[in-house]
This record gives sequence, structure tokens and C-alpha cells, in this order.
Amino acid sequence: MKAREKRLVFVAVGIMGVGVAAWLAVGALRSNISYYFSPTQVMANEAPAQALYRLGGLVVKNSLARQPDGLTVVFDVTDNAQTVKVSYTGILPDLFGEGQGVVTKGRMGPGGVFVAEEVLAKHDESYMPPEVADSLQTAHAQGVTAMAQAAAAGADGAAPPAGPASPANPERQPTAPPATTDPTPAPAQPGPVAPGGRA
Amino acid sequence: MIPELGHYALILALGLALIQAVLPLAGSYTGNRAWMHTARPLAWGQFIFSAIAFALLLLAFLTDDFSVVYVASNSNTLMPTIYKVSAVWGAHEGSLLLWAAFLAGWGAAVASLSRNLPLPIVARVLAVMGMVGIGFLLFMLLTSNPFERIFPPPLEGRDLNPLLQDPGLAIHPPLLYMGYVGFSVAFAFAIAALLGGKLDAAWARWSRPWTTTAWIFLTLGIALGSWWAYYELGWGGWWFWDPVENASLMPWLAGTALMHSLAVTEKRGAFKSWTVLLAITAFSLSLLGTFLVRSGVLTSVHAFATDPARGTFILIFLCIVIGGSLALYAWRAPAVSGGGRFELLSRESFLLANNLLLTLLTALVLLGTLAPLIYEAMAWGKISVGFPWFNTMFVAVTPFLAFLMGIGPLTRWKQDEPMRLARELRLPFIVTGAASLLTVILMPLITLDWYLVPLGIGLAVWLLTSHLQAIRERLRHKSRPGAILTDLASNGRSFYGMILAHLGVAMFVVGITLVSNYGQEKDVRMSPGGVQEVAGYRFLFHGVTTQRGPNYMAARGHFQIFDGQRPIAELWPEKRSYFASQKPMTEASIDWGLTRDLYVSLGEPLEDGDWALRLYYKPYVRWIWLGALLMALGGLLAITDRRYRLARGLGRARTGVADNAAVARS
Repeated sequence: MKAREKRLVFVAVGIMGVGVAAWLAVGALRSNISYYFSPTQVMANEAPAQALYRLGGLVVKNSLARQPDGLTVVFDVTDNAQTVKVSYTGILPDLFGEGQGVVTKGRMGPGGVFVAEEVLAKHDESYMPPEVADSLQTAHAQGVTAMAQAAAAGADGAAPPAGPASPANPERQPTAPPATTDPTPAPAQPGPVAPGGRA
Repeated sequence: MIPELGHYALILALGLALIQAVLPLAGSYTGNRAWMHTARPLAWGQFIFSAIAFALLLLAFLTDDFSVVYVASNSNTLMPTIYKVSAVWGAHEGSLLLWAAFLAGWGAAVASLSRNLPLPIVARVLAVMGMVGIGFLLFMLLTSNPFERIFPPPLEGRDLNPLLQDPGLAIHPPLLYMGYVGFSVAFAFAIAALLGGKLDAAWARWSRPWTTTAWIFLTLGIALGSWWAYYELGWGGWWFWDPVENASLMPWLAGTALMHSLAVTEKRGAFKSWTVLLAITAFSLSLLGTFLVRSGVLTSVHAFATDPARGTFILIFLCIVIGGSLALYAWRAPAVSGGGRFELLSRESFLLANNLLLTLLTALVLLGTLAPLIYEAMAWGKISVGFPWFNTMFVAVTPFLAFLMGIGPLTRWKQDEPMRLARELRLPFIVTGAASLLTVILMPLITLDWYLVPLGIGLAVWLLTSHLQAIRERLRHKSRPGAILTDLASNGRSFYGMILAHLGVAMFVVGITLVSNYGQEKDVRMSPGGVQEVAGYRFLFHGVTTQRGPNYMAARGHFQIFDGQRPIAELWPEKRSYFASQKPMTEASIDWGLTRDLYVSLGEPLEDGDWALRLYYKPYVRWIWLGALLMALGGLLAITDRRYRLARGLGRARTGVADNAAVARS
């Protein structure tokens, strides 16, 4: 083989390797992502019953209750339209607070209580996770529309919707996540194989 | 008055950057030496005015000038002085100012350490750095002026985010920014080479020490950030695959690839256009990191309240830099490509494989980081990518990287004999096999991932033994004792730097492997006097008392730790509440050791003096950061190599552009 041909073979092998790696990576990605849902979407059964997903919204004031074991907490998460009860066992992040935005990750448990495995912490208390801001806005816009419709339908005495209608947020309904038969792999459990990178 | 002066200094710096971007470049094409000569003083001028602006903002912090919005929102009279200093870069505006000042500082460093570079090259490099400077100064002046005033001024400031009131975080951002911004020099050299159409071994020799210096800062910055996250966030984790962490990892991976590719370009004149592309990539990824952090498009633990105008500005800036440099690359790269040939079995091939794998890792991190944006843009839903994915990808790719890393340094340039190489590698291979087997027997892991520990330990031993073999091979003909020292003193520093950095990787691998597989974590409820056992250590809880700090109140827990009956440590974790912000803040307490950390972090108070808290056992976690430190030390040793020294004495006596221009130690 001439040097030029050799190099071509080299490059071809390299490209094939990268191609295979990319294919595997994207494949693995599909089973490792978790979708985000707002309480409204969860109550409308748009969220998967089994799979792991993220639920976000505001923590309802005075809803935080600690269970007798001292480590499990239950609180309500709302987008001001619907509310979902969330339970979490473990230590809450410092900036977790009632009336503040939160993103939790877990699965729907029995009795409509969302069992969170992870509660996201923020560096900055004035920060609102973009997903939460979006779902609050969507819920607000829907509420305004509903009220306007109710008013138009002749419900007499219906007060005009308070507050300016938020900028029409394009209804970005996430497509239903693939209803796979294999369950989404759970995040690494604490224990012998702890989260964190391995080489 | 002082803040206005700072603002004015920034405007002057912008003006100088504008001239710096145009005049020397025009001079380099028209051959006007006077114009080209303006590059150095202009770079210095830009640096001086940026430094003045920075000093004035610092002064505003030290004098508690709350009429400046930025000071009022990030400082407080009660704050200790050191945090008033670090608060300067504690939030968006100030960190940008620091960024711009560092950029100008790198420019000034190039200006003063480039006496032996050909004038047109200096002019072009500094002009490109001027262009980057324009971008950042404009960004600051248009969207995030740190000197903005507020009237009436508040009586008291809002305090710095408590998470940032920590010595680790006082120096983490400056190191990280030095690294990010440092890649602008490699970028400027690459663009200058494309503009000039000349790219040779001398060019690579000039770029190398600058690239390595930037890489050292970035390595230290990332390691420090990881260490800070470990002890300050109270979750005991050291890497979260958070978008902002990924944003710093991507330029690091690309920069590591660049360093290796530059080595080939310098020694063998090959990989030229690839090297240029990597230089562009490394810097573009640094900018992308800024965009991701500052635009708030991604959910991240680091995300701060953001302003969309800023995101838009950086996005446009990013498009100009990436688009412009890639267009230039497409146009000029054919002119600079070509170079030394090499056989399949040669060091070039191993370095090529290294580059492919590092690029692959960079692409994977980029994919995982941007996937949520892609999904959202395609209206496929809002997603996040969990860290299991990143872990799987890295566990799948890095073993190959580490394996080849052991062979590369033993391989000869251009062409090698398979039998010779096999002889060299026989002993390391046997030792590695034995070590892995021993690990399987002695450190069993009864899970599906049982192979991970032998794999990790095996790779570390492989790296250690093959690099020892490389040293032995190098010193084979020098049998005198102390040969290694004479070699170090003469011209072996970049070689030993490489060895040191690679051994840092081995150490890093050991740390990750052991802490990931044998670490233990316990969330518990404890009463005063209660005992919990983690990994054979007994944690005795004595209760919590209240203490006052300079600007906070703290609930301070007291723990005693026993190994068997022997008390080995006392830990005092705190839960602080800062006066100004009323934010709670966990201060973990750690008994650290070379082979294990014991870690306690307070959760929340329950009734009857009980507390919810977290106990951790973290074996060999320090090796992760020590490994990174070793890598940085290796880089430091490499840039002190003779051939990069300012061409004094020896260097000047030799001839040729390359030696004449052997420059730039920083």
C-alpha cells in the first residue's frame, strides 16, 4: 500500500469509529433523558406513569410537612393552576423554600404522590428555573383564556381577568415521551456504586 | 466620581482596543512598520486602562460605596475584607470586568515577551486579541456596566451570595478565567498564521508555551471548582455534569488535544491545519461556556438571574468569532496544510488517536450539554440529560485514551518497529495484568460493575509502569547515578513535564475509581449522644450550639469520630444564616486524609435537638484533585523547558527564525 492509501485507510477507520461512537452515544442519550412536566400536565395525565421525569413549579406556602422519621418531607408543587403532592426523603438543599421555584426529579408513586429522588438546588434565590417560569406563564395564560371564555359565555358578574395577559406563550406541548417497554434506567443509587464520574 | 472614572477607563480601553484591532493589522499588509509597532503600546494601554477600571471597582467595594448598584447588590459592611475583594468577581458584571482585564493582561504579556517574534506576526496576533477585547468591552459597556449608579444609595448592601463567601471560591473564578482567556492567545496565533499564510514549526514553538500556560490555569481552575463544590455545596459530590461545569470541561478537553497536536506540529511539521482548527475550537468553546453561563438558557445549579439582552449579545459575538474564524480557515487552510509523513506505527499515530478520542469526548460533552436546547428548539419537549449518560460515555471512551497514553511516549517518531515496542511494553504489561488480577481478588465488588475497579486500578498501574519504562529508556545510555537530575537541568524538562502530567492522570483515575465504587453516604436523623457507623467509623453526635460569625449566625454541630475505640477526629459542621440575605448555608466539616475523607454536613433541625444530617465516607477522593495538581505541575515543568526560553545566550547564538523567535515563557 502506498502512503496515501494507508492514510486513507487510517482516516476511514477513524471516521467509522467516530460514527459508531456517535450512534451509540445518541442511542444511550435517548434512554437517559428525563422530560419536564408542569403540575397541569401531570394532572392531565400527560406525564408517563412509570418513567422518571422532572416536575417543577412553586412550593405552596405552608404545605411543607415532615414525616415522623424526620427525613421524609412532603410538600405541594403548583403552577398556580394545578397542584401535585411531592414526597422526598433526604436533606433538602439550602435554598429550598416555600413560595419558591423548585425542580424535582422522580416518578409518580401510589396515591398520586410524586416521589422525588432529587430536588434541584440553586445558587441564587432570585433565580427561577426556565422551565418553571415557562410553566407558570403557560398556566397563567390558560387561566386568563378560560376566564375570558367564561365571561364571554355570559356568566354575569364575572370579573374581568385581573392583571395583564401574559405574552401569548406558544403552546409548546411536549410530545408524549416514547412509551418504551424498558423502564428508563434509574439514576445511580447511593451505595456502593455512587454517582460521580468513573474512569 | 470614582465609579465614573472607572467607566471612563473602560471606554478608553475600548477605544485603544479598536485601534489595536485595525492599525497593526493594516500595517502588516501594507508593510508599514510604524503602524505595526503601535501594537505593543496599544496592548499595554488596553491593559492599563482595564486594570485601572478593575482597581476602581475594587476600591468601590473596599470603601462600601453602595451608590454603585453592583456593590450594593454584592457586598455588605459586615463582610470580611477578603470577601469584599472576591466579591468584585462574585457576580456577572464584575466577572466580565475581570475577564476583560485578564484578556488585556494576556495581550500585554504577549507584547512584552515577543521581542524575538517577527514584527508582522506580533502585529497580527495583537490585532486579533484587540478584536476579542472589543467584543468583551462592548459587551460590558452595552449590557452590563459594573459602574452603574443608584440614587438614593442604600444604607446597607445586600451581601454576597453566601455560597461564594469562601476562600476556594475567591480564587476559583480568576484561575478559570485566566485559562479561558488564555486560549485567546493560541487562537490569536492561529488566526495570525492563517492571515499570514505561513505555518511552520517555529509557529508551533511560539504557540506551545502560551497554550500550555492557559491549560495549566484552566486545569487548576476546574480542580479548584470541583473541590469547592465538594466541600461547600454539602452534597459530597465532586462533579455533577452540570452545564456550567461542562462549559469549563469542553475547552479543557479541546485544549488538551491542542497541546498534543502542537507537539506534532512542532516536532514533525504535521497536523498543521488540524492544530489551527483545534486552537479555534478551544477558544470558541471558552466563549460558548460564557454564553451558557451568562444567558441562562440552561437549567444549572450555577445559573444566576439573567438578562436576555446579554445572552443575545454573546450569541451574536459567538457567531462572529466562530463563523469568521471558520470562514478564514476554509479560505486559508489549504495554504498551510501538508507536512511530515509518518508510518502507521509511530508516535504521530498515537497522538492522532489521542486527538480523535479527546475530540470525541469534547463532542460528547457538547452533545449532552446542548441536548436540552436541541430538544426544546425541535419542540420535542423539555428534557435534561442525567449524569449516568455522561458517566457511561466517559467510562466507555477514557480507558482507550489511558491505554494508548501508556504506549505513545515509548513510541518513536515517524516509524517504529513492532518488535522493539513490544519488548519495551512487556514488563509494564505483565505488572498491569498482575495488579488487575490482585484487585479482583483483594477488593471484590459484588455488583454488575465488578470490572470497574480492576479496570481503573489496572489503567493507573499501566500508566505508572509504562512511564517509568519511558524514563528508563531515555536514561539507558546514561548510567551515572543522578542522570535524571542532569537531564532535568539540561533539556529534558518538557519530557519530564509530560511524564508528571500523565502520572497525574493515573492518580486521578485511582481517585475516581475508588471514591465512586467504595464511597458511602448516609442520610440520617441523629439525637445528641447518638452514634452512627459509616464504613467502620463511628460518628458520635454531641449536639448543636449557636455561634455568631462576622455576618451570620451559625448552628454549630459537634461530632467525634472513632476508629474502633480510638478517637481520630472532631468535626464541627455548621448551618449558617446570613444576616443580610437571610439565606441558609451549609458548611460541611471534613476530616481529610490521603486515603479517605470523613465528611459531615448538617441538614435541618428537627424537634428535641435532633438533626437531619449527612455522613460520608470518601476513600481516595483527594487523589482526584492531587492528580489534577500533578497535571498542572507537569505543564509548569514543560514550559520551563529551554527551547521556550527567551532567546538569550544560547538561543541567540543559533540561527534560523525558529530559534531566533524561541520566546515566551510566562
